[in-house]
Amino acid sequence: MIVPLDIILLVFVVITGIAALQIKDLLGATIILGSFSFFMCLIYTEMGAVDVAFTEACVGAGVGTVLFIAAVHKTKRRAKD
Amino acid sequence: MLEYIISKYNYWVYIFLMMLGLYGMIGKRNLVKKLIGMNIFQVAIILFYISIGSKVGGDIPILTAEDLHGMADPGKYLNPIPHVLMLTAIVVGIATTGVALAIIIMIYNRYKTLAEDEILEIRKETGV
Repeated sequence: MIVPLDIILLVFVVITGIAALQIKDLLGATIILGSFSFFMCLIYTEMGAVDVAFTEACVGAGVGTVLFIAAVHKTKRRAKD
Repeated sequence: MLEYIISKYNYWVYIFLMMLGLYGMIGKRNLVKKLIGMNIFQVAIILFYISIGSKVGGDIPILTAEDLHGMADPGKYLNPIPHVLMLTAIVVGIATTGVALAIIIMIYNRYKTLAEDEILEIRKETGV
């Protein structure tokens, strides 16, 4: 566990989390949620949990983003808040 | 006191992420935004569990060749049990998200909107 890298990645995770909730375009929010999952995967790797990291990379950032994009494509793209 | 708070910085960030996800589930009116908040909440809890098994100077839990010939030192390695449990939690979480997105598509087909207050308004007017 490397402390400066940990702090930098946690700051990135907080920024992408806030942005995913605040942005009004739902497709953009989905892509930012995918980058949130990717930074979370880097944190797992840095903590030594490599098996959790590659599960998060393929299932969380991959399949999750595809499911969200499919659902946003079938419904409305713009949100009011 | 300040040193104590700074030395436990990662737990404060995890609690902030949990509260962010809770705000997304309660405060946002769009249903997809609520689901994004649920994902953030879930990932924050998984991160908390992973950090319990982590320690400074620990190696990843894979035995090396010299461990196989002598006695393996358990203090050298990270605890792999939280990793395995959270592996299951990630897969179950993505399955939950898929079912929720299917329900959201059905709600949109019936009410033609995704905002929670508009759906409640339509339900109050028409009774369905």
